[in-house]
Parts: sequence; structure tokens; C-alpha cells
Amino acid sequence: MAQKVNGTGIRLEGRPVSAGGAEGVSLVLDDPLSWWGGIDLSDGTVIDRNHPQFGAGTTGRILILPYGRGSSNGSAVLAEVIRSGTGPAGLVLQAADPILVVGVMAAAELYPDRPCPLVIVEEGYDLLSTGRPTRIHPDGAVEQDAYGR
Amino acid sequence: MALTLSPGDRAMLSGELGEADAMAMRLLAGLAEASGARRLIDISSAHIDGTLYLGRASLDYAARLRDLGGRVRVPTTLNVSSLDLLHPELFRGDDRTRRAARATMQAYVDMGGRPTWTCAPYQLPDRPGFGDRVAWGESNAVVFANSVLGARTIRFGDFVDIAAALTGRAPEIGLYLDENRRAGVRFDVSGIPEHARKTDEFFGVLGFLVGREAGMDVPVITGIESAAEDQMKVMGAAAASSGSVGMIHVVGVTPEADTLAEAAGGFEPRLVKVTADDLDAAYRALCSTAGRTTLRTVNLGTPHYSARQIARLDRLLDGRQIHEDVTLYVNTGRDVLRSAPRIPDLEALGVVFVVDTCTYVTRIIEPPADRKAAAMTDSAKWAYYAPGNLGLEVVFGSTADCVESAVAGRVIREIGPWRKR
Repeated sequence: MAQKVNGTGIRLEGRPVSAGGAEGVSLVLDDPLSWWGGIDLSDGTVIDRNHPQFGAGTTGRILILPYGRGSSNGSAVLAEVIRSGTGPAGLVLQAADPILVVGVMAAAELYPDRPCPLVIVEEGYDLLSTGRPTRIHPDGAVEQDAYGR
Repeated sequence: MALTLSPGDRAMLSGELGEADAMAMRLLAGLAEASGARRLIDISSAHIDGTLYLGRASLDYAARLRDLGGRVRVPTTLNVSSLDLLHPELFRGDDRTRRAARATMQAYVDMGGRPTWTCAPYQLPDRPGFGDRVAWGESNAVVFANSVLGARTIRFGDFVDIAAALTGRAPEIGLYLDENRRAGVRFDVSGIPEHARKTDEFFGVLGFLVGREAGMDVPVITGIESAAEDQMKVMGAAAASSGSVGMIHVVGVTPEADTLAEAAGGFEPRLVKVTADDLDAAYRALCSTAGRTTLRTVNLGTPHYSARQIARLDRLLDGRQIHEDVTLYVNTGRDVLRSAPRIPDLEALGVVFVVDTCTYVTRIIEPPADRKAAAMTDSAKWAYYAPGNLGLEVVFGSTADCVESAVAGRVIREIGPWRKR
């Protein structure tokens, strides 16, 4: 259930898949994204020309997207950006996309010192928006401030 | 409903059967839990997608499992890698990448994978049968297995593919389950001229459109009388690139779609009537340039060309030499290359065969001096990914367009067959 916080910010219940807390400015991907072929490994930029967020930087952001898409190599690309430090700070998905779930879990196995939490938010997902300070809590809750800083 | 692991699964998880099995089972159980699976099931074969070197993480994961003693429990084929081991000179990447890519390949071979290095494992002799539960990676192979063979697999990604091969287990989710194989969206193509519905480029463009429109629904296509395996392959690869599609029913063609009612499980799928305008728009979207630029390469065989497709190329080329300014690459599997006739004749005409990898996933194509130089392809999948991966401009066309262009040394592209009389 969505709850108001900080005056007009929101707090959503989520299901933690890869545990840990994270904080960053949110970026909502309006369409599903294939990491492989869709993200530049060297700097985390969206390089899929057909994607609405083409050209956006994902490094250090709390990425919010419905689910993944396309190539099954996405898991390795996600793990690699987490390893190399060009990955997102955390992921909020609407559905447990196996490709992305596996990417963060494999990264957690290999590189435990570089956590990238992933949570599933089924209810209230549409309330999340771009450009807001956003926190993922270890219990899976996602908090988003009303205004950008 | 919570996940229940079998005694065998728990034994693996505990490390009783070795550390590699434990690591693999941690990933499988974690995915199963996250996805709401109730149990893991046995799988009878695996196809490993993680063989492509995408960075240190690719090698780290495979090498860790190998070093922990990992060994596959089911027959396992290996997908494309970053290198062509039969034509190593084609690779233009740096030596560090070459070494890491080679080490990644070796780790999978060490664990018992067959060095097939193809994205079209369904073109190998021992393919899964109807109803078999398998663990296949490579999105185009997943669509083919589910749709054409009637085997069952979810879209396995890197890491979890080898985890399934080592343990022989997979989470029972997605397309393993009857209820998730029902069509939720119907694409009716009966409004497209019949002669066009028989062409390969129709299937590629339709697949691209289906992938974009289907969302999370399983698509069913009505209005196609027949589809060759190569056409199903082209369509599936396109749909799995532009969307998350893991299965496509074609009424009257694919094994779980004798009727629309069977494909949809008695439900009424939402209807998309495909028009010539829709196909035109998709055809345009597959080109990043109008093609009034220098042509440098033509890329065929994504997914890997079959022997039939190579024979078709031979007929279309009809003994003509490829233009000196153009390289025509044909990506195929090493098994197909070994068995197909007339390969040396085609090579003499200037055709460059690439095996074990593909020109859109690794550095084979020389970066053009003229940044606007175009690459041409008959693959909607190649057209979809190449601009992002390689920074090239792409023109999609029929195989005949590609061949005529390669001979002429400039882009020649006809209108879509649905516009022809």
C-alpha cells in the first residue's frame, strides 16, 4: 500500500529480491529495457535508439522499470556494470524479470562488496516518478521524496 | 504459495554435493523464490548463453563454478562466443579481450558443455521433442524451442543457464506452466496479400512488430497458411529482440495451436489487425538510415544461417562476385559450415563465413572511416541491435536486396512485398 511520507512524498511496500539499502535519484524507464545492447557498459548510458530514455545515464540512479526485455545476455551486462561501478544504485521492478533478478543475484555472489538491491513493487508502482531522491530499504520498502533536491 | 525444495535440491544447497552445485542451487532457489515458483523441476538439456564475453563478470562467474568443480548433469550445448575459433583472424578486438573471451569459452567446455558455439541449437541433430522441459538461453532459441518444437523453457539468461545445467533443475515458472503458454494477444495478418505472407522479410518485419506490441502476453498469429522453420526462426528472433516474447503461436502451424481456441486456452485474446501501413512503419523503423550512403558490409545469418539459407544465398548470388568495396558476412554454426555444400565456391565469390560468433556481438566489422557508411542486413534482430552495439547505420532489406546491394556496391532496396502486386 502506498503511504504518504515527508508531507507529500510516498512510501511503497516492496519485496526485496537482492537485499540491501540504496539511495539515489530516480530514473523511470517508460519502456522495458534490454541491458545487453541497451546499456553502454563503459558509462551506463542507454544506447537503445528505440527506447524513450535513449541517451539517459543510469549510473548511480535508482532505476525504475516495469521489467526487462530482449536478449538473455542482459544478466551478464547488469552484473558487469555492477562490478565495474557504472551500474545503477538499485532497481525497482514491477515484475520479477528473471534476467534482471539473476543479474543482481550473480553480482551479489561474486562481488558482495558492491551491493545493488532489487525490489519488486507491485502495488503503487505507477506513483513512482523520475528525478526524485529515492531510497530502497533493506525490508523492500521504497521511499520517494516529493520534490527533487 | 511458498517454494518447496526437494531433498535433492536441499542436498545441493547444503554443499553436500560440492561447492559448485551449492552456488548454482543458491541462484536457482533465489530466482525461484523471487518469481513465486512452488518448486524446481527436472530439465533434460541445456543451452548456455553465458559463453559470450561481456566483461569480467562473464568470466568470473564461469571460472568460479568450474574451479569449484562444476560439471553438467544434462546434455549441454554452447551458444555463440566473442571469437571465431576457426577464423581467428576475423577478430579485431584487443588481446586482453581475446584472452578473456577464450578463457570464458574454455570454462564452459571444462564443465562439460559441447563446443557447438551456435545461437541456433535447433539446427543441430539432437533437438528437444514435444513437451520436453529444457533450460535454454539465447532469446531466439527460446522462442523456437517453445513455439516450433513444443518443448518448454523459460527465457534463461546468463548464469542461471549454467546453474540449471549443473544441477539439472529449473524453477517451475513462466512458459513451463500450461497457463502461461496461452495466447493473450492475437495478430491477424489475413489482410496482407497472400504472396507477401510467404516471404522471409514479411516474417522478420512481423516479428519486430509482434515483439513491440505483445508486452507480457504470448502472441498468436492468425492468417498464415504455412511457415518454414527458417521463417519461424526469423520471426522469433525479431520478436525476442523488440520485445520479451518467449513463444509465438501460429494457428494451423505450431504444435500447440491447431485452432485459435487451443492457442488461447478458451480465452478471447485482444486483437491486433496487422495492416500494410503497420508493416511499412516497422520496415522503416528497422533502418537507421535511408541508405543513401556508402555501403561497407552486408550481414546475413542472425540467427545463424541454416544450410537451406546458404543454398538460397548461392542461388541469389548466381556466380556473381561481391563488390570490392563491400564485405558480405554470413554468420553460421560450425556444424552447418562443415555440412553445407559449395562453401569454397561462395568464398571464392567473396563471401566471408563467420562461425562461433556473430558480426553484431563482437568486433569483426572494421569501423568505417566514413562514420555514415551503412551496413545492410536481412535480419531484423541484427538491424535492431547493431546501431547500439557497433555504432553503425543500418539498412534492413530482403535477402535478395542484400545480395543485389553486395554485388552492386551500393544499397538497393525494394518496397516491402506487401506493397507489390
